[in-house]
Amino acid sequence: MRLKLSTLIAVLALSAAVGSATAQTVKIGVITTYSGPTAGQGDQLDKGFKLYLKLNGNKLPPGVKVEPIFRDDTGANPDAAKRVAQELIVRDKVQFLTGVVWTPNAAAIAPLTAEAHVPFIIANAAGWNIPRMSDYVARVSHTLPQSAYPLGKWAAKKFKRVYTVVADFAPGHEAEAAFIKGYKDAGGEIVGSARVPLANTDFIPYMQRVKDAKPNAIFAFNPGGKQATAQMKAFGDLELGKAGIKYIGTGDITADEELQNMGDAALGVLTVHHYSAAGDRPANKSFVAAYKKEYGEKLNPGYMAAVAWDAMDLIFHVIREQKGKIDPDKTMQLIRNYKNPDSPRGPIQIDPETRDIVQNEYLREVRKVNGQLANVELEIVETQYKDPWKEFNKAK
Amino acid sequence: MQDFLSSLVNVAFHGIAYGMILYLISVGLSVTMGLMGFANLAHGVFAMAGGYMMLSAMSGLDVPFPLAIVGAFVAVALASMVLERFLYSRLYSAGELEQVLFTIGLIFMSVALARLVYGPLPQPVFIPGYLKGQIHLLGSGFPAYRVFLIVFSVALAGLLWFGVERTRWGAMVRATVDYRLMAQSLGINTARLFTLTFGLGSGLAALGGALGAEIIAVQPTYPFEHLVYFLIVVAVGGLGSLRGPFVAALLIGVFDTACKYWVPEFGSFFIYVATIAVLLWRPEGLFGKAT
Repeated sequence: MRLKLSTLIAVLALSAAVGSATAQTVKIGVITTYSGPTAGQGDQLDKGFKLYLKLNGNKLPPGVKVEPIFRDDTGANPDAAKRVAQELIVRDKVQFLTGVVWTPNAAAIAPLTAEAHVPFIIANAAGWNIPRMSDYVARVSHTLPQSAYPLGKWAAKKFKRVYTVVADFAPGHEAEAAFIKGYKDAGGEIVGSARVPLANTDFIPYMQRVKDAKPNAIFAFNPGGKQATAQMKAFGDLELGKAGIKYIGTGDITADEELQNMGDAALGVLTVHHYSAAGDRPANKSFVAAYKKEYGEKLNPGYMAAVAWDAMDLIFHVIREQKGKIDPDKTMQLIRNYKNPDSPRGPIQIDPETRDIVQNEYLREVRKVNGQLANVELEIVETQYKDPWKEFNKAK
Repeated sequence: MQDFLSSLVNVAFHGIAYGMILYLISVGLSVTMGLMGFANLAHGVFAMAGGYMMLSAMSGLDVPFPLAIVGAFVAVALASMVLERFLYSRLYSAGELEQVLFTIGLIFMSVALARLVYGPLPQPVFIPGYLKGQIHLLGSGFPAYRVFLIVFSVALAGLLWFGVERTRWGAMVRATVDYRLMAQSLGINTARLFTLTFGLGSGLAALGGALGAEIIAVQPTYPFEHLVYFLIVVAVGGLGSLRGPFVAALLIGVFDTACKYWVPEFGSFFIYVATIAVLLWRPEGLFGKAT
C-alpha cells in the first residue's frame, strides 16, 4: 500500500512537471492608476501595455503564455501601492511587476521586490534613486535630471536670466535642482524660483510674479495633465510670450496626450524629453499608427504609453531568452544587458551598473503639424545619455 | 514704487477674478444648502454635469458658446428637478448625517458614470475668440475672459439678491425655509417651490461648472476635488445668506492671490488658515444668522 502511494505521488509529480513544460504561464503584475484625479496618467500606461499585448502577445516560445494581472493603486498613494504589490507577489505569485506612475508608490514597492526576488520594471516613476533601493528594480522610463540637466546647459547659451516654477513634490524638486545646476554651471542667472502646491488650480498669481521679474525664460515642471494645461493657459492669458519670455521645461509640460487641450498658447514652447509622438523614426511611426488604430484617430500616445510599450517589450525579451522558465537572478542579468535599437523613442538600453535607462534626449518645439499641435524634434541634445544625477551622487 | 503699484493693481484684479470664479462654482450651493438647508455635498456633480454639457454641445454639435452655457443651465436644472422630486425630497426632514451620506453616494455614482462616458482625461476647452486676449486698462493688460467672469458674477449676484429679497418668489422661499408648516398653511405650495428652488441652485452650479471650465478643468473627479472650496465659500460666508458667499469668495480670492504672489512659499494653505480663523471668530460665518 505504502509503495503504491509513493508511486502514485511520483506519477502525479511527473505529470505535473510534463504539464508545466507544455504550458508555461508567466504572470505579470501591472500596477497603475485607474481611479482618482490622476487616472488620466494611469490610463496612458494601461493603453501602452495593452497595445503591446494585443499586437505582440503571441511572440513567445511554443507553450509559453503570458497572463497580465492589472491592479489599481488609486493615485500617489504608497500604502495602496504596497498593498496591491504584496497581493500580487504573495497571492497571485507574479514573476514580474511593472507599471507604477508615481515615485512614492515605486519607493514603497521596491523593498518588497528585494525581499521576494521579483523583478520590478518601472514604467514611469522617475525619482532618481529608486533603482538603488532594490537589486530587483530596473527602469525603462526616465529621471528628471536626465532631461532637466541638459536643458539647463542648453538654456544657458540662449537665455541670460531664467525664473523657475515647479510643482512642490519630490520630482519637482529634482527637476528644479538639476535644471539650476546645469544652467548655473554654464553661467546662467536664476532670478527667482517658486514651488506650486500640487492641489493648485490657478496659476495666474505665479505667472504674474514671473512676468514682473522680467526674465528671458521661465523653466517649468508640473506633473502633466490638467496642471500642465492650467499653467500653459496662464502663460498665454498674461501674454508672457509677448513680454519676451520663453517657456521651457521638461517634456512633462507638453505631454502629447494633453497637448491638444492647451491651444495656441503652447506654440513655440521648448522642451527636452525622450519621447514625442511626432518623432519621425519608422518604429515610432508604426507605433503611433497602431495606437491611433486601437484608441481613435484623434488620440496621440504620450510618453508614458510609449514607455509602457517598451517595458512590455523588455519583459517579453527576457521571457523568450529563458524560454518561459523565469529565474529572478537570471532575469536581472538579462535586463542589465537589455538593448533595443528600435524603440519608438530611438535606441535604448539598460545601464548594467545602475539598472536605469540610457536613451537619447531630444530638444523639441511645439509647432502645428497638419493642424494639430506637436512636439517637433529639433535636435538630439544628448546621445545615449545616462541619468546625470547618479554620476553626481555616486553610491558609496 | 511704480512697480509696486502695478503689482498691487494686478494682484487686486487677479484676486477678484479668482474670487469670482470661486463664487460662480459655489453660488448654487448657497441656494441649496444655504437657503434650503439641505447638506448637498453633491453640488459638484451638477457643476461637472454643466461643464460636460457645455463642452459636448460645443465640440459635438457646434453650438456657440453663449447658447451652450444657457443650454447647460436649463438641462441641468430640469434634470435636477427630477432628482429632487424622486430622491432629495424624501430626505428634507432627515438628519444632516443621512443627507451627507446620500449625497456622497451620489458623488461616487456620478464620478464612475462620468469616467465611463467621457474617460478619465480632462476635456479640452476652447473659449470663443472674442473672449480671448487681453483688455488694456490703466497701463496693465488683463485677460479678457477673467474680465468677463467678473462682470458676469457681479450681475448674477445682483440678480440673485434682487430675486430673493425683492420678489414674491423670494419671500415665499424665505418663509418656507423659516417655518415650513406655517408657509404651507398659508397656501404656499412648498413642495413645488422647493423643486423650483432646487432646480435653480443646480442650474447655477451648472453655470459655474461651464463658465469655470476654462480655469477649473472638467474631469470625472471634479465633484470631490473642489468640494472643499464650495464648502469653504458657503461656510465662511454663512448659511442662509446670499451676500455672505459673495463677500467670502471675494476675500478668499484676493488674499489667496496676494499670498501666492508675494509669499509663494506659503502656497495655497493660506486659504485653510483663513477659513479656520474666520470660523473661530464667527462660527456661523461672516453673514450667518446666529442660531
